[in-house]
Amino acid sequence: MSRLEIVTPNKAQIVVEGLYKDLERRIEASPPGLCPVDMARAFLELCHAQTCGKCVPCRVGLWQLKNLLTDVLNGNATLDTLDLMETSALSIMQSSDCAIGYEAAHMVYKALIGYREDFEEHIREGRCTCTYNQPVPCVSLCPAKVDIPGYIALIGEGRYEDAIRLIRKDNPFPTTCGFICEHPCEARCRRNMVDDAINIRGLKRFAADYAGKVPPPKCAKSTGKRIAVVGGGPGGLSSAYYLQLMGHQVTVYEMLPKLGGMLRYGIPNYRLPKERLDDDINAILQTGIEVKYGLRIGKDITIQSLRAEYDAVLITIGASTDKKLGIEGEQAKGVLSAVEFLRDVGKNQNPDLTGQEVAVIGGGNVSMDAVRTAVRLGAKKVSIVYRRRIADMTALPDEIEGAVAEGIEVQTLKAPSKIDVDENGHVQGLYVVPQMISHIKDGRASVKPTGEEDIYIPCTTLIVAIGQDIEFQHFEEAGVPVKRGRIMSEKYGGFDHIPGVFAGGDCATGPASVIKAIAAAKVIAANIDEYLGFNHIISCDVEIPEPNLDDRTPCGRVNMTEREVCQRIHDFEGVEHCMSEGEAKQEASRCLRCDHFGFGIFKGGRETLW
Amino acid sequence: MVNLTIDNKKISVPAGTTILEAAEQNGIPIPRLCYLKGLNEIGACRVCVVELEGKDRLIPSCNNIVEENMVVYTNSPKVRMNRKKTVEFILSQHDCQCATCPRSGNCTLQTIANDLNIIDIPFKQRLEKMEWNKDFPLIRESGKCIKCMRCIQICDKVQNLHVWDLESTGSRTTVHVSKNRKIEEANCSLCGQCITHCPVGALRERDDTDKVWSAIDNKNKITVVQIAPAVRTAWGEALGLKREDATIGKIVDALRQMGFDYVFDTTFSADLTIMEEGNEFLERFLSGELKSRPMFTSCCPGWVRFIKSQYPHLVPQLSTAKSPQQMFGTVMKTYFAKSIGVDPENICTISIMPCVAKKGEADMDLYYEEFAGHDVDIVLTTRELTRMIRSAHIKPSTLVDVECDTLMKDGSGAGVIFGTTGGVMEAALRSAYYLLMGKNPDADAFSVVRSERFNQGVISAEFTIGDAKIQTAVVSGLGNTRKLIDAIEHGDVHYDFVEVMACPGGCVGGGGQPIHDGEELAHIRSKNLYYLDKNAKIRFSHENQDVLRLYENFMEKPLSHKAHMLLHTDHSAWKMKK
Repeated sequence: MSRLEIVTPNKAQIVVEGLYKDLERRIEASPPGLCPVDMARAFLELCHAQTCGKCVPCRVGLWQLKNLLTDVLNGNATLDTLDLMETSALSIMQSSDCAIGYEAAHMVYKALIGYREDFEEHIREGRCTCTYNQPVPCVSLCPAKVDIPGYIALIGEGRYEDAIRLIRKDNPFPTTCGFICEHPCEARCRRNMVDDAINIRGLKRFAADYAGKVPPPKCAKSTGKRIAVVGGGPGGLSSAYYLQLMGHQVTVYEMLPKLGGMLRYGIPNYRLPKERLDDDINAILQTGIEVKYGLRIGKDITIQSLRAEYDAVLITIGASTDKKLGIEGEQAKGVLSAVEFLRDVGKNQNPDLTGQEVAVIGGGNVSMDAVRTAVRLGAKKVSIVYRRRIADMTALPDEIEGAVAEGIEVQTLKAPSKIDVDENGHVQGLYVVPQMISHIKDGRASVKPTGEEDIYIPCTTLIVAIGQDIEFQHFEEAGVPVKRGRIMSEKYGGFDHIPGVFAGGDCATGPASVIKAIAAAKVIAANIDEYLGFNHIISCDVEIPEPNLDDRTPCGRVNMTEREVCQRIHDFEGVEHCMSEGEAKQEASRCLRCDHFGFGIFKGGRETLW
Repeated sequence: MVNLTIDNKKISVPAGTTILEAAEQNGIPIPRLCYLKGLNEIGACRVCVVELEGKDRLIPSCNNIVEENMVVYTNSPKVRMNRKKTVEFILSQHDCQCATCPRSGNCTLQTIANDLNIIDIPFKQRLEKMEWNKDFPLIRESGKCIKCMRCIQICDKVQNLHVWDLESTGSRTTVHVSKNRKIEEANCSLCGQCITHCPVGALRERDDTDKVWSAIDNKNKITVVQIAPAVRTAWGEALGLKREDATIGKIVDALRQMGFDYVFDTTFSADLTIMEEGNEFLERFLSGELKSRPMFTSCCPGWVRFIKSQYPHLVPQLSTAKSPQQMFGTVMKTYFAKSIGVDPENICTISIMPCVAKKGEADMDLYYEEFAGHDVDIVLTTRELTRMIRSAHIKPSTLVDVECDTLMKDGSGAGVIFGTTGGVMEAALRSAYYLLMGKNPDADAFSVVRSERFNQGVISAEFTIGDAKIQTAVVSGLGNTRKLIDAIEHGDVHYDFVEVMACPGGCVGGGGQPIHDGEELAHIRSKNLYYLDKNAKIRFSHENQDVLRLYENFMEKPLSHKAHMLLHTDHSAWKMKK
């Protein structure tokens, strides 16, 4: 008999640990549209199974709550049941000894308060208002509703050109999105239930790399209608592309020397090489779009004149003015806005940062672009200054990781308070107030000052990346409603009181993603077409391969690899490597084909036209 | 061609064939439950699963396509075990009181369970209990629904009315009237196609046979029954009679044996309808009223419900003529009542129809009521007729041909073909020709409006009669109808006269006809009607002597004031409930 023993987990514990992981992935792949009352019951069931059994509120109370909830679902409850549930949940929250009890009851309480009308519907009508409305998770989470299982299957069969054609039915920027899409489609990929989400963006990039040049489809018969699009960014060009396919003649007005908007003048070349952006733009222009460069709305042209000259006008000017910090010293030399900074680099007017110390304020994707660009311009030291923690940043984790890998200092929990200016009026440093993380408010951790003294961060260039607005003065004058830095178009993209004028993309939503701008562009193209008295259909005649019937055995996800840091920080060439053909085939074969299996084949498996 | 092996049999089938079809074409029927070709190939019931060599998971054979060198087992131990387990699961949520189910003996689930030799269900039973208005002509028994989704699909894809949908999620997922509506307010056309495509007894018509038995039993009531044209094409199917042996005469025999006092054939009032509707059409056509929009036929109550809920602004385009069922009911309670010297109050009019919507039509308030009650008091479907025959333990093989009663006995071939898509149009054109030209056309002169196959969609034809050029269209199925109306409304097409029947193929494929899972019999049944027309003594409605006598002795002439009061209706008198 030894005095102590090394503890090893027993078989059941090991298996249960695995099952926890399975459940985590399963919850990640949980589709929206499920009955919230039933989900509350299911969660409670799990919570109750976690109880140790010592205390009454948790051991008995949670069980009784579950019984009441089941009564609601089975139509055996009255409205009084809800009151009993509420007081019971409150009591368990207040009297439980540990979090297993009070947090379980809190979940029920939040459900009761948050969606009481769903409980009431079950009680009164004995039925649920919910129906399963997400047959194919990736497609429904893609703002532009790209036929993802379709093109993945095409890639699996080596039909890369067809994959590009199919993507273009909903998104004329397949290459661009292959590089930089935020891929919301991957978030609830059902493959998570097996192992891990499909690398959808990576596959799209692969298709774009391997397809070569794919000409756009033929345009419909000319309608004789002319449309002006103001702003040649992704939204404007996407609308122009579809309107052109519908047989209208589009003229794009672009104030800068080249098309692409933020894709060219915001996103650095190392993330989206310009020649690859041009692949998309050239195909879009092949539809016959006319472009007028160097004209600025409000200065060289007006909404009124365009309305007079064209059958319809679309405003897609993006959001390209910076938000200001509003602190002392902001006017100093060497203080730049991120948009301005990145635009100059996009125009090949690279500022020389050799040997400089650069600070960038902000934690979003634009901030990451700015710091990584600064590194490539030879800065000695580049820091991100952010009020909260890395976990609170809005930038994509991959972008933050990329920046850190390239030697960026991340200075978190520091709120800028004053810019230090030298005798020549040039920035020489930044004072920040040290913060500590505090309570969670509306799902986000807040910060508060620690009370320590301000810290001084020396820098000779300071870049501000805290968000963008639009230049709205001209629109206000032209009668286009503008509020809080964005154009207030209706859900259909137009304005009730100015027929024939439409607006969409970042200028209407605030800074968002490429794919959201493309999604809005589709809506607006269809509505402009209808406004002009037509009902053109956009479709694609590519036939989708039958799903393969192999067992879906677990298999790792192919992640993208990148060029070595020590090399890439010296140039602006693309950072990311494409998948190999072997990797792409394997990745494509991991797709569970939710368009065919499960609910997809019953309802909404495939939208072949819009 | 694709080569594969199914159950050790080497076969070769065209590319794109499903495993289920490939097996079936080669003499290997795979049990299936939810499958409905072209409409519901969703692999929901998992009964048709098969094993692929080298693969762990089974796959449904109904919606997966054959591949070269595939090796399939449809009856391996693994398949058998899974199929049986699945059916046991289904039965655990199905009300298995087969003895009281109208589908007993014609239930796909029952057959499969029997075939699989399931004699015990090892699981806890849970039956859904949902409220339903038992007075509505369409009844849903939630405890019997197996969620095969066929009703949703037929209503979505064929009838385009979206009455049914899934409700709730998770273990409580069920089929219900869509958008949380009640059936009465769901714009249901009552076509009954969901009933005839339900594999079990979850959907049925309201059973009115007891009402009929008590009317027969009531000494003070004279029961007068009419039999619709399409009924004769199908009634024998449910009683084991061969198609050529199941004549209308034998229905008359059965009805008399059951104790009905008078038996008539709706063909008579179909001819009467032609006299009214044909004249109405010519009047509206010649007045130029149809230049922008056509006149629509009004004999199909499913269609009338459809136009009222979906295109209310087009209701004035309907012919004001009542349907043959309603006309006959009126005539029975007026002309006929007078002739036998009975107060219409003491007459119970019954009709036997291939249709569920006719139950709704008979229940509706009509704008003119010269006598107590409705034109038609009770409507039975063909299925209810066969159930009455069985409950009266009449042996079908002993039935002989018996004639209908006199006074309203005549019926033309034109009236008979009312029971199929294109029939009303053809009958109307035969008489329109006579009215315009003063002589009969060749009876088959308008046969281009006949369908060549099931669910052909729209058939349009232009006819020149004298100086008149008449643009006609014939359509059946409400999805097809919607497309046609949208084209008319969009100005893509123009017609003068349009015949619409709600059920694909017309009344022969009606929602009240005998059910044959997986088969569409409308086109085959319609051949029966065209055979009867071809061999009829008279083939023109305007030559129906009993109809002519009705005008002479009672109604004066087509479109007379009296005819208007009795044989026409005001379509604005009732609206669909919202």
